[in-house]
Amino acid sequence: MKTKVAASDITADLASSQCKLMKGNIAMVEAAVAAECRYFFGYPITPQNEVPARFAELMPAVKGTFVQAESEVAAINMVYGAAAAGGRVMTSSSSPGISLKQEGISYIAAAELPCVIANMMRGGPGLGNIAASQSDYFQSCKGGGHGDYRLIVLAPSTVQELADLTFSAFTLAEKWRNPVMLLGDAVLAQITEPVVLPKGKTQHYKHDFILDGCRGRKPRVVRTLWLKPDDAVEQHNIKLQQKYKKIAAELNSWEEYCLDDAEVILTAYGSMSRIIRRVVDAGRHQGLRLGMLRPVTLWPFCTSVYKNRAEKKQVKYFLTVEMSYGQLVEDVKLSVNGCKPVYFYGRSGGGIPAEEQILAEIKRLNSL
Amino acid sequence: MKKITVYPEAIRRKSMHYCAGCSHGVIHRLIAEVIDEFNMREKTIGVAPVGCAVTAYDYFNFDMSEAAHGRAPAVATGIKRVHPQHLVFTYQGDGDLAAIGTAEIIHAANRGELFTTIFVNNAIYGMTSGQMAPTTPLGMKTTTSPAGRNLKEMHGSPIRVCELLSGLDQTVYLERCMIAGVKHINRTKKAIRKAFKYQLEGRGFTMVEILSTCNINWRMSPVAANRWLQEHMPAVFPTGIVKDTGE
Repeated sequence: MKTKVAASDITADLASSQCKLMKGNIAMVEAAVAAECRYFFGYPITPQNEVPARFAELMPAVKGTFVQAESEVAAINMVYGAAAAGGRVMTSSSSPGISLKQEGISYIAAAELPCVIANMMRGGPGLGNIAASQSDYFQSCKGGGHGDYRLIVLAPSTVQELADLTFSAFTLAEKWRNPVMLLGDAVLAQITEPVVLPKGKTQHYKHDFILDGCRGRKPRVVRTLWLKPDDAVEQHNIKLQQKYKKIAAELNSWEEYCLDDAEVILTAYGSMSRIIRRVVDAGRHQGLRLGMLRPVTLWPFCTSVYKNRAEKKQVKYFLTVEMSYGQLVEDVKLSVNGCKPVYFYGRSGGGIPAEEQILAEIKRLNSL
Repeated sequence: MKKITVYPEAIRRKSMHYCAGCSHGVIHRLIAEVIDEFNMREKTIGVAPVGCAVTAYDYFNFDMSEAAHGRAPAVATGIKRVHPQHLVFTYQGDGDLAAIGTAEIIHAANRGELFTTIFVNNAIYGMTSGQMAPTTPLGMKTTTSPAGRNLKEMHGSPIRVCELLSGLDQTVYLERCMIAGVKHINRTKKAIRKAFKYQLEGRGFTMVEILSTCNINWRMSPVAANRWLQEHMPAVFPTGIVKDTGE
């Protein structure tokens, strides 16, 4: 689905009687349970601690399973097992914990098992801190584990969007037999906003990989090792790459804000885009023709949207703003492909680029 | 004519890749025989390790999953939670279970996960060609303990996994057996049967540790390896029931 998201799509309908005030972490769990997620395996880490706690509260009532694993390593392998057995399953963590899960994520991608993994990013590298950060973009989009694989990466910017994307993530994972990552950060995890929780039936896919006992059929094997014939791994990789191509052709979602006459295209994802929206408004009050392009799917990346915008005559340059030292900017540069200059402004490790700092940077770039 | 033995349905008729003299083939067959006895082949899900038995799924004739090195207990946890009525087991070697997967086995056992672990202890890393394992007896020469495993170089002592797990409240059956001669092989089958029975009764965590040979990496003939197994291994790893909470 190629979707251009509107700003109104990502804010709750305040007039709705279903509208609730909810923390990002909690809304994500509620949406997951509404989407019939019945298995959750996780390990405590800030800033996502409300996630396992809320799952532990909600699962008994829906006859679901919550297990507090001994480690993130164990949790992701429980996800592997539950997904192989046909369960609708999720895990959640934050940056250092997601690093620990990378081995399992590589196996899950290789075995083509559907599951949802949430990363509420915090400061790094190392133990870093518990403040919001966006420095796991490379890890999420370029393959944090070993081997040639891709995750479908969704980057919500509001609690409403987090709930909606969580709700759709499970069917997306099952449709493509691929792990889906919800990439948020400490701000999105902890912010409390109005949300209308998604509801309704979700689509289920009947897959022939599911291990449920070989009654009336041949035994199945969920595996990632291919020793024979000699080119078996290459053939499997070719099959995976073909799948990734299909996903990239079908799945893309982004938001355009004030782009029609924009001379400067600001680009950011997730929480950072909330500040950029303010920068666009403030800049326009000062006579600067600013606009924002916000990727919602980080992989697949909306390359052609960037390319098309770059070809517009009035566009002078792109400025990518991140809570990192420049990760998304590499994909922006690859997409713009030299057509227009791409600049970068970012802070990470707890520092969040502020409205006035970004405006100052735009004015500096305009004076060059 | 009376049939005195049949080929188990739960195992495929194909030649195995295991070295001549290796214990894996016998252990595979015992598991398959017990699954057939329980008439559970169509309701069994096994988890293969990383190690020599990584392709156990080529031999077992029921649903199987591969697991990352040491993670079989976590994978089995996920599977069993989705299918609580199925027979689920992990098949793991000493490096997989007692080194890289120590956390997973201890916590699965401590949660009382309702799967069975078949722990094949041959005191050495087989597939990677003979490195020191957590269960290598003191004095045994391996590629990574060329002077023999010793305390002076702080190699540590062989880990007795059954005894280690026996202190956990949710373990209900832990027995150490040996693939050496008919008596011990029959004893091993009996242990597997009991472990599977306890699992299906929902009692708690069950494990059968099986002392085995790796004659290739022990640098011995199959016959010599069998003799060595019986003469030296039980001294380090006493065979018998380590814990049984009772029928």
